[in-house]
Amino acid sequence: MTTATVSRWDRFRESFFWYSFKRDKVAILSFLVLLTMVLAAVFAPWLAPTNPYDLAQIDIMNSELPPVGMAGADPAFPLGTDAQGRDLLSTILYGTRVSLVIGFGAVLLQAALGILFGLLAGYLGGKVDAILMRIADVQLSFSTLMVAIIVGAVFKASFGNLMFGEIAIYMLIFIIGVAEWPQIARTVRASVLAEKKKEYVDAAKVMGFGTGRIMFRHILPNTLSPIFVIATVQIANAIISEAALSFLGLGMPETQPSLGSLIKSGFDYIQSGSWWITLIPGLVLVVLVLVINLLGDWLRDVMNPRLYKG
Amino acid sequence: MLAFLVQRISQALLVMFVISVVAFAIQDGLGDPLQEMVGMSVSQEEREAIREELGLNDPMVIQYLRFAGNALQGDLGNSYFYSKPTLAVIAEHLPATLELVIGASLIIILLSVPIGVYSAIRPQAWLSKFFMGVSTVGISIPVFLTAIVLIQLFSIGVTVNWFPSDTAWGQWLNEALSTEGGLPSYGRGEHLTPLFGTWESGFFTSEGLMHLLLPSVSLASIMLPLFIRLIRAEMMEVLQSDYIRYARAKGLSAWRINFLHALKNTMLPVITVGGVQIGIMVAYTILTETVFQWPGVGLMFLEAITRSDIPLIVAYLMVVGLIFVVTNTLVDLIYGLVNPTVKLTGKKA
Repeated sequence: MTTATVSRWDRFRESFFWYSFKRDKVAILSFLVLLTMVLAAVFAPWLAPTNPYDLAQIDIMNSELPPVGMAGADPAFPLGTDAQGRDLLSTILYGTRVSLVIGFGAVLLQAALGILFGLLAGYLGGKVDAILMRIADVQLSFSTLMVAIIVGAVFKASFGNLMFGEIAIYMLIFIIGVAEWPQIARTVRASVLAEKKKEYVDAAKVMGFGTGRIMFRHILPNTLSPIFVIATVQIANAIISEAALSFLGLGMPETQPSLGSLIKSGFDYIQSGSWWITLIPGLVLVVLVLVINLLGDWLRDVMNPRLYKG
Repeated sequence: MLAFLVQRISQALLVMFVISVVAFAIQDGLGDPLQEMVGMSVSQEEREAIREELGLNDPMVIQYLRFAGNALQGDLGNSYFYSKPTLAVIAEHLPATLELVIGASLIIILLSVPIGVYSAIRPQAWLSKFFMGVSTVGISIPVFLTAIVLIQLFSIGVTVNWFPSDTAWGQWLNEALSTEGGLPSYGRGEHLTPLFGTWESGFFTSEGLMHLLLPSVSLASIMLPLFIRLIRAEMMEVLQSDYIRYARAKGLSAWRINFLHALKNTMLPVITVGGVQIGIMVAYTILTETVFQWPGVGLMFLEAITRSDIPLIVAYLMVVGLIFVVTNTLVDLIYGLVNPTVKLTGKKA
């Protein structure tokens, strides 16, 4: 997918990947929406009308203003304001940024752990395999959300509220990454088991390459496509997990909100009729997760047509 | 079969042991029982004496064994906030959560089976495509957001005036899209029927059922798409098999084939997966109970975290761990019983 040289770009344009992307309207639309959201999040400091982290720009008198189109709206705040008087459009842009950073970060950590443990379990087999997969089984049977909630609760209790708020973004990446590694490890292990019976692995062994080199340089590249598929879906899951943790008060603090903590802060005011503080960030969250899931579905069909199932 | 039984049970015990070690580590790392028991004025020597008396200076292993021994006798310490045994606190809150899970499970079963079967029998029908589309969107909506939207629509109410109200169609559209609100969104209601022990049920009064409605619909919404997809996939596979083709050739009625022969074999994997999923629902009850202020164990756990009520957190961990382990082991055993082809040596397929 790199565009480093002309030949690669040509190869990409003639690939099945590009061909099936061009013909799938849902995939194109999802990709465009996702691209817009990622760009909007990356360039949030330039796009957002105000900086929600800057207390000097917030006026409490502006709190709970409705979005444009409703009675009492102020055109300076197109999507209205939250209970602290922050411009909702700006907080959503910054919040999407936080959610995406945590989503991608957590999946990178998961992938690192999952690939390492999956390769070890699949290639070495025996006791290593048994122990690692037991741990994965137990963790999965507990549901990853439960593990994340428990780890988050313990961290919060041991660090205290203030300290936890400051390092929340790293904590969330760590918590979600550690809670969800078994998903990727299982996928990697399954493809390693299939790959290690092939002749090129025997050839590498005969040539006297070390175990580590065979695992990472020879087998790993051949297991990448299922990893891509599952990692895409995992980004969506990580964003939902982050939102859930933040909603429970175990995630991002309100001063540095993610989409989940925006929904949480709005929920306290929903009974007073200020539905937009909750529902607009909620809609953004759903659209973000939905397009990633749709892209994941499409990717699964393209990269793995044989395994396709309902 | 006996070997399978022994293996599964010993595995369950091992998992329970690991959970208890984790719980003990949390208790040991976070809670200082001395600080909770004595005031500021107690001198250092007296503190040491109490530590010695409570056995807090013993080696870790001895302390763990004492913790595990007490746990086995149903003693997981006292809650700081409620000032009574943690297990009693959990027993008070557990029925509310169980009723929520039962309500959600009923909704899931009543909706997912007909929808899943229908979209497997007629995969090309527009209604099936609609259900599949809805379930893809449904997977992408977090459970707490579903809950909030339900509260906004059915508890607070929505007035729509986007369309011109001076025309007949505009008025009709406005009225059709507006909702009255009025469904309860908070707690379990005033009048509950005492059943036995600490169990007070909301199933027997219309008030209790009204309170149960929105929370159980939200909880069901997270699992419903999964079950619809699972039932559809399994049913489509069963419909391809030889015995169904033979039944068709024999001229049996479509209804008999679909619901008597095919559905039976569809439900087998669905029940086992479903058992595990219902265990997983416990995690989602925390979110649902928070939104609806439902006085179950999930809300209790979250409050325990904000109050740093360490013994209650630890007890919740142990109880939820036990529920998970028991459901998983039972599901495994039932699967081994009804499907003899499962590998009895272990490792799930």
